[in-house]
Amino acid sequence: MSHTLLAQAPSLTDFGHDPWWLILGKIVFAFLVALLGTLLGVWFERRVVGFMQVRPGPNQLGPFGLLQTLADGLKMAFKEDILPKSADKVIYFFAPAISVICAVTALSVIPFGPMVSVFGHQTPLQVTDVPVAVLVVLALSSMAVYGIVLAGWASGSTYPLLGGLRSSAQLISYEVALGLSIVAVFMLSGTMSTSEIVAAQGNGTQVTLFGTDIWTPGWYAVLLFPSFVVFFISIVGETNRPPFDLPEAESELVAGFMTEYSSLKFALIMLSEYVAMVTMSAFTVTLFFGGWYAPWPISVWSGANTGWWPLLWFFGKVILLVFVFVWLRGTLPRLRYDQLMRLGWKVLIPVSLVWIVALAWFRTIGDWDTRSRLIAIGIPAGIVLIAALFWPNRKPQPQPTLAEQVENRPQGSFPLPPMDLQVPPSPRTRRMVAEREPANVPAGQDSEEV
Amino acid sequence: MTTSTVLAAAGAVSGGEAVTFWILAPLALAGAIGMIAARNAVHSALWLVLTMLSLGVFYVLQAGPFIGMVQIIVYTGAIMMLFLFVLMLVGRDASDSLIEVLRGQRLAAIGLGVGFAGLLGSGVYRATQGTAAIGLEQANAGGNVQGIARLLFTDFVFAFELTAALLITATIGGMILAHVERRKEDKRDQVATMKARFVPGNYPGPKPGPGVFATSSSVATPARLPDGRLSDRSTPDILPVRELTAEETTLKGTEK
Repeated sequence: MSHTLLAQAPSLTDFGHDPWWLILGKIVFAFLVALLGTLLGVWFERRVVGFMQVRPGPNQLGPFGLLQTLADGLKMAFKEDILPKSADKVIYFFAPAISVICAVTALSVIPFGPMVSVFGHQTPLQVTDVPVAVLVVLALSSMAVYGIVLAGWASGSTYPLLGGLRSSAQLISYEVALGLSIVAVFMLSGTMSTSEIVAAQGNGTQVTLFGTDIWTPGWYAVLLFPSFVVFFISIVGETNRPPFDLPEAESELVAGFMTEYSSLKFALIMLSEYVAMVTMSAFTVTLFFGGWYAPWPISVWSGANTGWWPLLWFFGKVILLVFVFVWLRGTLPRLRYDQLMRLGWKVLIPVSLVWIVALAWFRTIGDWDTRSRLIAIGIPAGIVLIAALFWPNRKPQPQPTLAEQVENRPQGSFPLPPMDLQVPPSPRTRRMVAEREPANVPAGQDSEEV
Repeated sequence: MTTSTVLAAAGAVSGGEAVTFWILAPLALAGAIGMIAARNAVHSALWLVLTMLSLGVFYVLQAGPFIGMVQIIVYTGAIMMLFLFVLMLVGRDASDSLIEVLRGQRLAAIGLGVGFAGLLGSGVYRATQGTAAIGLEQANAGGNVQGIARLLFTDFVFAFELTAALLITATIGGMILAHVERRKEDKRDQVATMKARFVPGNYPGPKPGPGVFATSSSVATPARLPDGRLSDRSTPDILPVRELTAEETTLKGTEK
């Protein structure tokens, strides 16, 4: 990467100079990405899951069944819109809209590409950017919880209420892990603006390890691998995708918070789910996969990160991540509710905290000289080793012998087969063998009767 | 020119800022009044959410984007959500009654409230009238987030740590209060559960459904075992076992 490429990367000062028609165009573009992402995302998911389950998936409408989602959407619009008698009418009406608005708005701070020229205007391919853009996405995802919770509550029936309660507990828990995993990204990039985080990943970094220079890629998914793992698990929980789709667990709660919804309102809930999947994939690409920067083999070509080409790399990465979402759905069974909570609070959050402290430690001692750096690493490592060595482990229980186990069985248990497993041959078999005529076989070793 | 300076130049109110303020300020007030006036507890909480969201936007407008976002994430996203969680658990019929316990209490409350708001508003207005905000540029010189971080980890680090310790103590206290201690021998692991299930005398299969091989499909009708006896395991404990008489089970002659 050279400086000519870095000049393409927009900074915060490049925003806020667009004419009104350009701003409108960008907003429409982001909205179209969300809608097309849903249309194609549903099709993509059904085709991929179909492939994984050795069946064709939708293949009738349009080429490769591409228009299936459109047809489903039209059908949904003409269905009867049911309003339950016990529903809270206003909130029941607004809840799906809240979900959709939050999911779509988050796309406005996602950088789709570098500075490009649109009718003579130099402008970044991003609707807007603020110094706290990542927090904007977090705020919107925390507001999106309201859509689900209120949809569940306003339906006025039991299954939706249970789904809504589950989702509020789940989303709040996973938001904590999500926020903690992003902290490591802030620490390395030194900014919360999405465009600058992408720019910070543009260059590989040179790390001196044991006297040799090692060239590491700029992607935070590699540099901050533990953060990335926690982040990805959290966004799967945050978007209610399998295996964390507890709020709509159909085997327990019919359809969870959306049980009572039908027609266009149900379509809106569906839309918000898929838009959230696309948005979160784009967010992951931005934070951890270098945003619109070309991946390694393509980045050898000097023109890869200029002009409109980065749009291709960006959406390629997003589609790959959406594939991972679908892959998870096709592979993993749904977690139980207590397993989900245990994973969130007892695994993801402690791992994030320890990782952040370790990272801060490494960044602090990076400025020291070699001797104090060795001491700073050696003393904690020694303490950890000694603690691991003298950690009291559980005393192994003496294994009772087989005879003791048989002795201890309660009265009236099922009869056991004999201990030596020599089953006495049935008398009927013996008679049949005795009565059989000797076979007339030619001499040979192989044809001996067994 | 960064975004923060676009939004709030020191001492002057830009057009965009004024427009946003005059749209959101009535909304924030409406949210506050709606919270008091709403009879349903969940509606009250939602009105309060509206007020808090407007406050978050006000913070962003006044060149504090970080505190604005934190307001939305923490207050509306987490705290109000916990409120809603509790309200939903309590039940949706928990509406206030309209009966006035103290006569004239409502009118007096409205009068006092308006009077207090007038006093406070006029006091603040007269105190800040004509005062230009200064120091905004310096405070945000190195970036808003960086400025807050520097203050938090230098001048206010002791207060910050003290607050953290207080919060941790409160969390642990809450956990201890809500914790149900179970003795180790009371916990039954999976192996023990299975042993108890297959112990002689316990039927390990699922309970028979009510109405199986019975004369009626009612849940109160017990299932019949293969030998013809009634299985009392098939009916809920609170229901009395009831078997229909021959008269009740004969056809009523309404088939044709």
